[in-house]
Amino acid sequence: MAPEVLPKPQMRGLLARRLRFHMVTAFVLSLGVAALYKVGVADKRKKAYADFYRNYDAMKDFEEMRKAGIFQSVK
Amino acid sequence: MTQGFKVCTRVCVSVFRSITLCVTLNLHGFSKMYSMCFSESVVKSEDFTLPAYVDRRDYPLPDVAHVKHLSASQKALKEKEKASWSSLSMDEKVELYRIKFKESFAEMNRRSNEWKTVVGTAMFFFGITALIVMWEKRYVYGPLPQTFDKEWVAMQTKRMLDMKVNPIQGLASKWDYEKNEWKK
Repeated sequence: MAPEVLPKPQMRGLLARRLRFHMVTAFVLSLGVAALYKVGVADKRKKAYADFYRNYDAMKDFEEMRKAGIFQSVK
Repeated sequence: MTQGFKVCTRVCVSVFRSITLCVTLNLHGFSKMYSMCFSESVVKSEDFTLPAYVDRRDYPLPDVAHVKHLSASQKALKEKEKASWSSLSMDEKVELYRIKFKESFAEMNRRSNEWKTVVGTAMFFFGITALIVMWEKRYVYGPLPQTFDKEWVAMQTKRMLDMKVNPIQGLASKWDYEKNEWKK
């Protein structure tokens, strides 16, 4: 039991400090994840669909499938 | 499907076995998890009905003091405590603390190496389970269906590409129909 004097610990405002830290972190992380999802998944998917259907010819697609022989109703 | 169920039950059993192993070895903290009533290793039977001392972070002021039967010097100290506290020396204050409490918060919250035992034991039993599953695959299960053969899967994939399965973001979008090969 050496008589060294420890610094007085933080006695007050502990919950407030914890709450502030976690609120800020929660906001930053949720907004960050939402933004990343919007850009990396949602916008990317919308672009992929738009690019696919921009010059899409359904009849040409059908003819290719028919020639490949996958249909039973038309050969 | 039944293979997955068997593996799951074996993993659960192996985890359960590792937990019960730690409990029977009475590793750090597990006896305290049972109830609030464990402080000494030898407890008389009727003491279960009496308020007990516990070292718990979420119960900072236990129902009773740690030391039940004070020695003569400790009794004298308790009398001195009734007077002004500024007359108490540092050692006397610590002695009063140790009468009331067994472990300080720093002591009761100290970390330990128990997690290594737990993780190691769980991995060990997981490995035993893996050996059991390997034996099962070799000696119990029948052959895989023909739909898993390399040739069959190749024919299956060709048909999926002919049908243009998921042409926008999925399988057919990864195939180059001009060059007849997978896109780089």
